[in-house]
Amino acid sequence: MIAAIARPPIDWPDLSPELVLLGTSAICLLVAVLVPRALRQASAFVVSLGGFAGAFVAAAVLYSHTHEGAGVIADAIRRDRFGALAAVIVAGAGFLSTLVLWSEPRRGLARNHVAEEFALLLAAAGGMVFLAQANNLLTLFLGLEWFSISLYILCAVNVEKVGSLEAGLKYLIVGSFGSAVLLFGSALVYGATGELGFPQIAQAVATQGLTHDVLLLFGLAMIIAGLGFKSSAAPFHMWTPDVYEGAPTSVTAFMAAATKVAALVLTLRVMFTAFPEEQRLWTVALAVIVCISLAIGNLAALVQRSVKRILAYSSVSHAGFMLIAVASNNALGGRALLYYLIPYAAMSVGSFAVVAARERELRAEVTLDNLAGMGWERPFFGIAMWTFMLGFAGLPPTGGFVGKFYVFSAAYDRGWIWLVIVGLVATAVSLYYYLGIIRSLYMRPAAAVLAVAGGQPPREWALQLGVSGALAVTVGSFFGVQPLIDLARHAFVQLPL
Amino acid sequence: MSHYGWITTTLILLPIGGAIVFWTVPLPKAWTASGAVLVSFVEIAFWIDAIFRFDFSRSGLQLSNRVSWFDDLGVSYHVGFYEGFTVWLVGLTVVVMAAAMAYAWWAGRDRARGYYGMMLFLLGAIVGVFTSQDLLCFYVAWEAMLIPLYVLIGVWGGPNRVNATLKFVIYTMVGSLLMLASIIVYGLQQGTFSMLSGGQSTSDWVFLGFAAAFVVKAPLFPFHAWLPDAYRESSAEVSAVLSGVISKAAAFGFLRIAFSLFPGPAHDFETPILVLAAIGLAYGSILAFRAPDFRGVVAYSSLAQLGLIMFGLFAFNESGVNGAVLQMVNHGLISATLFLLAGAIERRATTGDFARLGGMARGRPALATVLMATGIIGLAVPGSTAFAGEFLILNGVFRQGWLYAVVGAVAIVLAAMYMLRLISAVLHERSGPATEGALDLRPAELSILVPLVGLLLFLSAWPASITHRVFAASGPAQQTAIAVDRK
Repeated sequence: MIAAIARPPIDWPDLSPELVLLGTSAICLLVAVLVPRALRQASAFVVSLGGFAGAFVAAAVLYSHTHEGAGVIADAIRRDRFGALAAVIVAGAGFLSTLVLWSEPRRGLARNHVAEEFALLLAAAGGMVFLAQANNLLTLFLGLEWFSISLYILCAVNVEKVGSLEAGLKYLIVGSFGSAVLLFGSALVYGATGELGFPQIAQAVATQGLTHDVLLLFGLAMIIAGLGFKSSAAPFHMWTPDVYEGAPTSVTAFMAAATKVAALVLTLRVMFTAFPEEQRLWTVALAVIVCISLAIGNLAALVQRSVKRILAYSSVSHAGFMLIAVASNNALGGRALLYYLIPYAAMSVGSFAVVAARERELRAEVTLDNLAGMGWERPFFGIAMWTFMLGFAGLPPTGGFVGKFYVFSAAYDRGWIWLVIVGLVATAVSLYYYLGIIRSLYMRPAAAVLAVAGGQPPREWALQLGVSGALAVTVGSFFGVQPLIDLARHAFVQLPL
Repeated sequence: MSHYGWITTTLILLPIGGAIVFWTVPLPKAWTASGAVLVSFVEIAFWIDAIFRFDFSRSGLQLSNRVSWFDDLGVSYHVGFYEGFTVWLVGLTVVVMAAAMAYAWWAGRDRARGYYGMMLFLLGAIVGVFTSQDLLCFYVAWEAMLIPLYVLIGVWGGPNRVNATLKFVIYTMVGSLLMLASIIVYGLQQGTFSMLSGGQSTSDWVFLGFAAAFVVKAPLFPFHAWLPDAYRESSAEVSAVLSGVISKAAAFGFLRIAFSLFPGPAHDFETPILVLAAIGLAYGSILAFRAPDFRGVVAYSSLAQLGLIMFGLFAFNESGVNGAVLQMVNHGLISATLFLLAGAIERRATTGDFARLGGMARGRPALATVLMATGIIGLAVPGSTAFAGEFLILNGVFRQGWLYAVVGAVAIVLAAMYMLRLISAVLHERSGPATEGALDLRPAELSILVPLVGLLLFLSAWPASITHRVFAASGPAQQTAIAVDRK
């Protein structure tokens, strides 16, 4: 009795970014079987670039054509500029990551299945965009699993690489645990309120006087924990360094940037729209997570030698910085988060891309020791890495500085000057390892001469293009704060508050 | 935007643009070096142009240029010359930076494109610090100063440079992050980050945040632990810039920001800061007297002189502040000259240790004359410009308490002791083992050092050229912490 099920009207353009990403992902899969082996990598690469560019444009069009936020498709997802801006950032990060992924060294099995990598990348981005638009607990979970499963495979895709499989497995187990916690929390919230939609939950809590309901609070706590796993905020970050280190570096680049965008944007959306009545609790809970993330991320990064691990812990600490914006629970915080994500995504992709470049010419794991002298040998990558490190450390002239400034302003605006102080102390500590990377790049004598047989290392124009793009966004977002903040402002006001 | 606001922006962007060109265009080494020196000379020309366009009788902001940066928090790129003292500090910057770059050109630095690019970037950042009229803009310039310094010391410094940079950066960043917290608090309270339209604040904590950044950068006792390492490990011309110009940015911060935005708290903390300045003055002088090498003497004398300048500023009267501004310029020129001389001597003798130096006056008249002239001016011999500055400072601080003036006067005696010790250890006494066959100053070096000494002599003849042009006769000076005791 199919006709008995009332199907909601579907306005397909609302889903255009996801559809573009999924469509190109499908094309990539076709490429994997139909295109001759010699052309496979190039055609998948082109399709993937096209997919991300298309999604970028689609999301931008969605942004500009959405004048008022509204729940669509039976209120399951929400069409608003908030989600659209997140989609733009994810698509941009995906585009840059594709450029990095193109020349990832592949051998054996991975060489034959290169098109599948691009397909998975596109699919993961589609899931992230979907997640950012989610408007009820089911679409939330659907989006989360959608991109997580793609990423589990991507982490393990390089079967030749020691640690890649391990990374995939670790991510799968810990990530599934996170998903399970989130799902359980959702169930509890549904049990308490009888609602799945974010606005309906808020309404039910307000009208039925559920603010002190134990079931609801447990559910909320578990949702926060589950999202914490995805945004790799401490104490839910245990998988981050191992997975970042073991996964192919280009995949790490995408994960570090895009996952964080989707997870944090969704965290803000859920907290602001579904649990406004509980804000006295979750703001404090998030503030505690912020403090733990900043402490663990920064202190653990101090003692690492592997650059990928340093960057992994730095991403934990940045989850902390960006959660300050969410914990502030004000409009300034919303703007701060959306702005911060733009340079952050660019710096993440860019810095991992530089690590990938070094890795490819050394054919070894990049540590602070074998990074030595890179700044002089590869001036462009050196300058780029330097800029990214300044950006992570929150120094001008990068968007990282303005982002931190906004985040701290939001915390102050809420009246939490102590959180500002915590953030500043964390920044001061973080300088040690960010500057440590710059020190390796420029101030240490090169440890070994890297005479690659046959002279020059491969010219990786795609990688350089990707790094240039990341560099342009990192520096450009410092000078062009006004337009970006305007975008963020218009996006934030469309949240149903 | 006022008339000729483009001059200020040009003063900032010209060197930064030059830096970007040198970084990106693969020019030969000689071209890069000459180009950088040329840019620094053009910069001086623009500054001279600015002097003529600046009306010293008019109070407030001139030659200003403003572009909104982001409006929801009220932040803008806003630069200009605020009162006469800005003009002199910018002048000190462009002159010392030009001398430093010319010296580097002469001494020859490897990786020239990186080096001169960093120097030019530093120049633009320092001018930005002195001319910013928006607190966030000021902070950006302040941090932008740190980045090239980190690289200049860390890459082209001495053997112990990595530790020196680490100490330097950690110290200064902790200070400046506290300043950032204060800027956020102040800006959000006032609704604007503009130094001109923002009101005055009475918060002691916010003042202390700013003060933290300034006392570390100056440095003031007991925040000076980074100073000896940084000054010894840098190349000579970077030390000259550090001690000649960067330390003045800190004193400028007190004068421009702390006094005009936090007059109340500045008065509250007058005594502690004067006491710290007094300790720094005496302690620095004694350390300078005991230092075993040329750079050590100049480094610690810098600590002492900054104490003296803080005396003048925190005297809160016209005499003290005028003297402090004059002394900022004096000390900038003197310590820059001395550090460049230290570099010249180290190139010849391979060391700055007094134990291995000595007797260099014999057969090296130019070196002896330049060092002697600078040293004599530096020890504030009556008639010199340093004497004028120190006299005004002591006169000013005497009204805050005679004990401060006593400490100051004793320190001037100590200054004579360490300067004369420096002069005799290098020029006189027995000929040291390291000085044999050392050449006299070459014409190229003289062409860098003689103008600096010439400026000092000019100021000695006419110190009022600065002291009468620190603040305009009427205007916002009265609203700041400085109780102007004009007749």
